[in-house]
Amino acid sequence: MNTQPEARQSPSMQPPPIGMLAELTHRCPLQCPYCSNPVELSRKREELDTGTWQRVFAEAAELGVLQVHLSGGEPALRQDLEALVASCAEHGLYSNLITAGVNISRARLEALADAGLDHVQLSVQGATAEVNDHIANLPGAFDKKLAFAAEVTDVGLPLTLNSVIHRVNLHQIPDLVELALALGARRLEIAHAQYYGWALQNRGALMPPREQVMEALDLVEAARERLKGKLVIDAVVPDYYARLPKPCMNGWGRQSLNVTPAGKVLPCHAAETIPGLEFWNVGEHALGDIWQHSPAFNAYRGTDWMPDACQGCERREIDWGGCRCQALMLTGDATQMDPVCELSPYHEEIQTLAIIDSSRDDEFTYRRFARQPA
Amino acid sequence: MSADTDSNGDTGGVPGLHESDVVKIPRGVRLREDKARGGWVLLAPERVFQLDPIAQQVLTRVDGERDVAAIVDDLAQTFAAPRDRILVDVGAMLADLITKNVLEVV
Repeated sequence: MNTQPEARQSPSMQPPPIGMLAELTHRCPLQCPYCSNPVELSRKREELDTGTWQRVFAEAAELGVLQVHLSGGEPALRQDLEALVASCAEHGLYSNLITAGVNISRARLEALADAGLDHVQLSVQGATAEVNDHIANLPGAFDKKLAFAAEVTDVGLPLTLNSVIHRVNLHQIPDLVELALALGARRLEIAHAQYYGWALQNRGALMPPREQVMEALDLVEAARERLKGKLVIDAVVPDYYARLPKPCMNGWGRQSLNVTPAGKVLPCHAAETIPGLEFWNVGEHALGDIWQHSPAFNAYRGTDWMPDACQGCERREIDWGGCRCQALMLTGDATQMDPVCELSPYHEEIQTLAIIDSSRDDEFTYRRFARQPA
Repeated sequence: MSADTDSNGDTGGVPGLHESDVVKIPRGVRLREDKARGGWVLLAPERVFQLDPIAQQVLTRVDGERDVAAIVDDLAQTFAAPRDRILVDVGAMLADLITKNVLEVV
């Protein structure tokens, strides 16, 4: 439990992280079939207590983290959310609340704002009640979100609208742009689903056809140009039809870390899908120690771990080898080249898989806790 | 939050900025020192702008009260530099940050 500040002078030290995703809970009133939480969800009794989170925020600020994303599950299901926001503010951390917006009263929103909350990111699952509530599997959710968005801007907090895009709502992108403008959002995130965990189980229901993906990319680009200065549009691009891999997390263990509800510290939210990685917990190690020394963070840092073809590639410090979880899922080996790369021997296979999945007609497997408690 | 920044001229989406305009850092954007890496940063939703010393000098003068002319005067005096050049540079920088939604015209 010692952050050893003097050790920071050492030249072999990793540059500090900029952002931290704090997954406060896996509990959530929504059941989105592409949820980024692991298929095996943590239960309430396993969650870190208030004091431990506050210590983690203090250590994060000391380490050099600038922004904290308070996420979940639904972070507002934590009764101590105000105290956690206040802790971020106390340590100078920029706090971003990532919420479904269906369970925060006006009084609570004001309390969060008073505690020093910097920004609200509200998820919408679609641009209409019908699509939104079907994907979230929660009747009435859309209307609650609209009311919440109005209160966020009324309280004076800046609002981002976030929507995960897939086959069922891809056609609503222009409507999502209009919705963001109508709700007074300053920023819109159009994030194509990433196929790990729950989304991987739901590929047959979610994967969009190639031509629709390409059309959507053009639409987003045009809207971004048109609305410059009015609405910032950020896009998380779909990579399964691409030729080059995405620089996943801007490189493993380079800029950000993720703390799970039970206190495990991960280089990315899906990292637990990779077998054999040793993750350290904030209950046993200081955050700075974990960032510098935990085996999971050092496993794929830099370029030394890369296959020869990647090490010799001029894009090795642009793509950072792409996504480790995707390499594992599609090749069975996390140290392989990301199969999205056109130089990968698996490249054809991933594209064929996507085309097949896009033509299937599966039902959603909604995100839920397993019936039998562990 | 309802004050639009694009009402005073339109040059391809970039708002025209006048010397009499007053600019502010809106709620949700914060200017702070970054001790771990050195220098100053502007923190915005999902974005971090690392500032060079010049940008830092400009932004620490953006207080929502002084107009652009006053900020430029102050910089010209502090750094004993030609006002015309500073006006061009500062104007371009502020307009760029307004386009990125991290500054607002009051």
